[in-house]
Amino acid sequence: MKKIKGLWIWVFFICLATPAGLMAGGDAWGEWGRDFFQKVLGFVPEGIAKYSGAWHAPFRDYNIPGFGEVTGYILSAIAGIGLIMGAVWLLARGLSGKNGPQD
Amino acid sequence: MHIPDGYLSPQTCVIMYTACIPFWVMSGRRLRRKLNSRLVPLLSIFSAFSFVVMMFNIPVPGGTTTHAIGSVLMAILLGPWAAVTGISVALLIQALFFGDGGILSFGANAFNMAVVMPFAGYYVYRFLNLTRPKTPVRQALNAAVAGYVGINAAAFVTAIELGVQPLFFKALDGTPLYCPYGLAQTIPAMLFAHLTVGGIAEAVVTGGVLLFLRRSMPEIIVDLKIEAVA
Repeated sequence: MKKIKGLWIWVFFICLATPAGLMAGGDAWGEWGRDFFQKVLGFVPEGIAKYSGAWHAPFRDYNIPGFGEVTGYILSAIAGIGLIMGAVWLLARGLSGKNGPQD
Repeated sequence: MHIPDGYLSPQTCVIMYTACIPFWVMSGRRLRRKLNSRLVPLLSIFSAFSFVVMMFNIPVPGGTTTHAIGSVLMAILLGPWAAVTGISVALLIQALFFGDGGILSFGANAFNMAVVMPFAGYYVYRFLNLTRPKTPVRQALNAAVAGYVGINAAAFVTAIELGVQPLFFKALDGTPLYCPYGLAQTIPAMLFAHLTVGGIAEAVVTGGVLLFLRRSMPEIIVDLKIEAVA
């Protein structure tokens, strides 16, 4: 387990560096919001208008309400990791029956 | 490469979820056999690593951005079937909590980045490793090429899913209902972003981390070989 802890320390340091990813302005190709289509095409395709708000993610664009962009981004990275650990644990528990994974 | 909701028709979304189901089931079955080992923490850490790597947006000439994904690294280290689940979990957390990729389009995103990408990369890596010599540097280079091919395979499949939308789904007057760009636009756009910047980022992450682990934590690699769900 000690070796895996060493890997977690690396991942934690990578989290602290994530704000570097904020320096790239603009969206990825094909990941624009409604405004983009309004501006570029002069209209928003019906399905995009209808479904783009199908789900309201609490921390949209890795923003945590109450925190600045950079701090929110780092906190999002850490929160995301916590959520992933929880999800993997639940999944492992579900797959292995009631007692959860051994070890 | 995270398709938001509204870009794909509901029909396409259903097809893509359906396409994922056999891979999720098979992945779950294969993982179940190894769950008593140390696979769970390893799955967590590489899923977490992938989540964090995807936050490093890199500018692409022309005003868009891209990022590495980490699927091929996970496929090489833990096996492609482990990567199916590990990357799907990272994508699900991104969609549910951070709005990165849609919920309706989650099946499509999982198919592209958690199925096509790890398998394409894994088999390219296996193929390249048939040659000698098998030095750590050579294997890291092979992994880098595998990462490059894997992310471009995923980008290509994504471009097809987006590009067929205006062919099949338009209003009576011909206005596109979903992604308005056809294959002639989506394929060059997605491949340009990933053949240049995205592919190089994925190559550096895949080859770099493999070499780093081999050099500074060789015992991890040994463990990982034991856990691999190939």
